[in-house]
Amino acid sequence: MDFFYFLAAFLIIRRINKSLKFSILYPKWKTMLSTATWIIIVGFIASFALEDYAKDFIGAAVLFGLIYYASKEQDFTSQHSYLLANIPLAAMGLVNCFSELFFDGFHEKYNEYFSWATLIAFAWIFGKWATSKKQEEELRISAERRAELEVLVQERTVELQKQKDELQETLQELKTTQAQLIQSEKMASLGELTAGIAHEIQNPLNFVNNFSEVTAELIEEMELELDKGDKDEAIAIASDIKQNLQKIMHHGKRADGIVKGMLQHSRASSNVKEPTDINKLADEYLRLAYHGLRAKDKSFNADLITHFAEGLPEVSMVPQDIGRVLLNLFNNAFYATKEKQKTAGTDYKPAVEITTHTKGKSLEIIVKDNGTGIPDEIKEKILQPFFTTKPTGEGTGLGLSLSYDIVVKAHSGKIDVKSKAGEGSEFRISIPV
Amino acid sequence: MKILVVDDEADVQPLFLQRFRREIREHEFEFDFALSGEDALHYLHDKHSEVVLILSDINMPGMSGLELLSRIRHEYDAPPPMVMMITAYGDEENHRQAMERGANDFLTKPLDFTLLKEKLKTLSE
Repeated sequence: MDFFYFLAAFLIIRRINKSLKFSILYPKWKTMLSTATWIIIVGFIASFALEDYAKDFIGAAVLFGLIYYASKEQDFTSQHSYLLANIPLAAMGLVNCFSELFFDGFHEKYNEYFSWATLIAFAWIFGKWATSKKQEEELRISAERRAELEVLVQERTVELQKQKDELQETLQELKTTQAQLIQSEKMASLGELTAGIAHEIQNPLNFVNNFSEVTAELIEEMELELDKGDKDEAIAIASDIKQNLQKIMHHGKRADGIVKGMLQHSRASSNVKEPTDINKLADEYLRLAYHGLRAKDKSFNADLITHFAEGLPEVSMVPQDIGRVLLNLFNNAFYATKEKQKTAGTDYKPAVEITTHTKGKSLEIIVKDNGTGIPDEIKEKILQPFFTTKPTGEGTGLGLSLSYDIVVKAHSGKIDVKSKAGEGSEFRISIPV
Repeated sequence: MKILVVDDEADVQPLFLQRFRREIREHEFEFDFALSGEDALHYLHDKHSEVVLILSDINMPGMSGLELLSRIRHEYDAPPPMVMMITAYGDEENHRQAMERGANDFLTKPLDFTLLKEKLKTLSE
């Protein structure tokens, strides 16, 4: 029976040898393994001369020694379960050895059983090996599958990362475009304003020129009066001159203010909030909007009705931004009345009304017109970007949506719209004081 | 000669008064002012017989100068006052409409007072 122990030991070496063959560890173990093979063969041949129990003992000892050594060795961990499968055989070797040595009669009597047990222990190794091989196969397949999945995940991750980068880029582009749109919307409204501004500047300039000229004349007259000795008249003229100079100054400042307002409007918003006189701001933009429209359509005329509450507190806001909101509302109001005038009878009088007052802790600015009004079906959409009822090329569709951003997002305010198709619209802006 | 000047800019008043200082003192001309078309109609309602000439701006909030002109031509024809229109937008359309509605003359801003003075003087002679 001792043949099996050596065979098992020989097979262990073979197996280790096979498993290492293609690994970098092979050179390290190559000599050792072949030496071990030879030792086993020599040991096996040498044991022929010995008693049965000694053969069993040496076989079991070799097998145990090999199992013990190999299972301790880090390099052979993959063979661990195979090594353990050899234990029953080795144990059987010891059992055979001791029973032959101490209970020889008993052993002789049941020799067949001992032989069977040894054989079964040997067969056990292969049964174990076969199942572990199957398990290994399954493990290998699942490992392969995992590797495949990992590759897939990797691919997906790369794909997603790429998509994310693209989206980020698109978002950045959108942000840039939005900024450009805001700027171009500002420029478009500035374009509409240009004529109004020209008119608004022309008036004060005319006064500056006229009053300067007349003042020069007055000085000549004053000299004449002084020559004549009419001191009273000279004094009267002098007071006129004084008044005129004040008027020149007043109108010069007026023009200056308009130019400054225009520059402020065109400049990219500084977003700096400052205490602002809303009545002054509203009046300025109302005039600009009106004259802007008049310059385009000279026959257009509208009643401008202002209800400016007196003694309003100066409210902190970004003046050019709120100015844009107002300008936009005025432009819309004038546009609506102009549209209505096209179809309404001669009795129709366009009117745009602006009201300012405080309500609770808010400043309210109401822009009302008696124009075409907003049909119910589009009321929801008017604050959406790019929504416009104007013919292509006339409106950007950004006016109200930008107004909404300015009032609601930047000033924590509100915009309410009341409108009835055919009767007019009312935009109510409130900004917290 | 009584002249009514209609303009929504209040500073037009001292300007006229000073430009025509000598003429006013010598009672050649007499000026009255209205700040809107409505104002002007109101004024004319009482004193249309005194007013010989009306100088009106076209671009005014509310009633425009052209509308005022039509109303004047419609309501006051015995004797019809002279009406001169003034506008900052010296364009064809306004000019055509003013003439169509019966304006006697059409002036553009900035006003050339020397020219206006000559025109007024020829009228008053």
